[in-house]
Amino acid sequence: MAKKKNSWLAAPFGVWMAFFTLIPLGVVVYFALTDSAGAFTFDNLLGIGQHAGTLLRSIWLGAIATVLCLILGYPVAYSISRAKGVSQQTMVMLIMLPQWMNFLLRTYAWMTLLENNGLINKFLGLIGIGPLSMINTSGAVVLGMVYNFLPFMILPLYSVMTKIDKHTIEAAQDLGANGLNVFRRVILPLSVPGIITGITMVFVPAVSTFVISKLLGGGKDMLIGDLIEMLFAGTAVNYNVGSALSLVLMILIVVCMAVMNKFDDGEETGALIA
Amino acid sequence: MKKRLFSVILAVCMLAAIVSLAGCKQEDAVPLTGEVINVYNWGEYISNGEDGSLDVNKEFTRRTGIKVNYTTYPDNESMYAKLTSGSADYDVIIPSDYMIARLIEEDMLEPLNMSNIPNFSLIDDQFKGLEYDPSNKYSVAYTWGTVGIFYNKTMVDEEDVKDMSWDILWNEKYRGQILMFDNPRDAFGIALLKLGYSLNTTDKAQLLEAANLLKEQKPLVQAYVMDQIFDKMAGAEAALAPYYSGDALTMFDDNEDLGFAVPKEGTNRFVDAICIPKGAKNKELAEKYINFLCETDIALANAEYIGYSTPNTGALEQLDEEIKNNEIFYPGDDILSKTQIFLKLPDDINRYMDTLWIEIKTEN
Repeated sequence: MAKKKNSWLAAPFGVWMAFFTLIPLGVVVYFALTDSAGAFTFDNLLGIGQHAGTLLRSIWLGAIATVLCLILGYPVAYSISRAKGVSQQTMVMLIMLPQWMNFLLRTYAWMTLLENNGLINKFLGLIGIGPLSMINTSGAVVLGMVYNFLPFMILPLYSVMTKIDKHTIEAAQDLGANGLNVFRRVILPLSVPGIITGITMVFVPAVSTFVISKLLGGGKDMLIGDLIEMLFAGTAVNYNVGSALSLVLMILIVVCMAVMNKFDDGEETGALIA
Repeated sequence: MKKRLFSVILAVCMLAAIVSLAGCKQEDAVPLTGEVINVYNWGEYISNGEDGSLDVNKEFTRRTGIKVNYTTYPDNESMYAKLTSGSADYDVIIPSDYMIARLIEEDMLEPLNMSNIPNFSLIDDQFKGLEYDPSNKYSVAYTWGTVGIFYNKTMVDEEDVKDMSWDILWNEKYRGQILMFDNPRDAFGIALLKLGYSLNTTDKAQLLEAANLLKEQKPLVQAYVMDQIFDKMAGAEAALAPYYSGDALTMFDDNEDLGFAVPKEGTNRFVDAICIPKGAKNKELAEKYINFLCETDIALANAEYIGYSTPNTGALEQLDEEIKNNEIFYPGDDILSKTQIFLKLPDDINRYMDTLWIEIKTEN
């Protein structure tokens, strides 16, 4: 009952969504299904096949970055969630700190770090190693993704993990579970919602990024985001094909997320916190 | 005590601000008329008062009392997109040659009333009635330049640059040290020049040949870039990069090992010109502004600040000897006679080129 009464509270957001999400989405669908003269066609969507390689590479690099973020982020999130009050806040603050700097600037900084005559190679040269060629490689692109999106993995994991009652862990230990079992049977299942949110929040922007691949990848191995950017704002403007690509990318991401959520099988550990 | 000190400092700061604001008001300034014109130009393409240069827009306001609402775009295509979207109205734009041709063809420019622009007579005849605007009804040349190859003398063999050819960008020796244009028109231009075809070819077979050449080049290319070229050449990240002659001074300032040469096969000469888009609300003010930009001292300030070559004979006369006689900025007829200007390509050819370009960029 209360739900119905208060539903008007969401009205402003509903209007916002309608204007800035649903209508643009409709426009994207319209462009995807028409040609430049405005006539209905499936050509744009059928022509996506030729960009399958680019699409797959984006998903592949995005997946690698997501896995790396999970591997790096999970232990960090756990140790933050188990830390004492003040140090916990400090650690969260430290995770957030790089985010205060502009995304583009951070990526630009990586460019100067990774270049052949960049800071890292200069340092390596001093101790007699290198120069290593790091810039303009897929590795550099993945690094850029991990660096930029890692906080989006750590924060949801952390917020779910702080809610794990430490008595649950103690109970498991009292019942004779060793460290590995406590992790496998208690902590991991209870942190699944955080993992799902983290993966979504890293994977989606990673797959569709275009700045990172442009600056760190040298524009040679284009990602799907680069291609879409090029078709809309760049040098090869074609709204119709661009919209078709965006649509396919959206559908693929929704499918990926649906598959992910299957793993969640209805855990009751609080709502997903973004 | 601390608080008092703080308030004193604050008061001093505020006072200083008032004084400096008052100082801005120059005695001989024409009072503001309340009129505003909207100028839409390339980024970093006007003298803006930095490094002791003249702030051209401020000067215009001072002389005429008309305010300038100045915004910038990164490339012709973005400008075109903004113009066609109809979401903004501009009084003055400064597109490049081929874009002007396109705008004329699509009836998107106002014909200029040259009697409002008497300084048009200062523009060198070379830059009047060019192919993109044959009757010179719509545009007044603003800057020009050529495309050539920047190279790092310490990384490239002397004999390879002595008789510079576009072939050097396909030289296996420089694998991984070559930067390339990140836009189809310029990139295809280079391939077409190497093949000896016209920059404005509408022959799909020739474009396909050029595309194959660019694909062949891809493994040698370190990165496809535009503005990042400055950082990368300054830091000796790359040995070779085709770019615009007007940026030579900036490049040389950053790294004295750099050189610039126009390849012997010829090159692209570009002209950026001032136009008024159709439906401009303040056409007469815009013409006033165009005339102002052609004023000798203003054109000179712009030429000095931007670094691109000026078509203004008055400004050229007063330009620093060293630059005026520099072949990079003001090449002789031997080079100019082999240059071509970009023209508007038919839509289907543009589309074909875009498709090929995406293929080049996405292929592994």
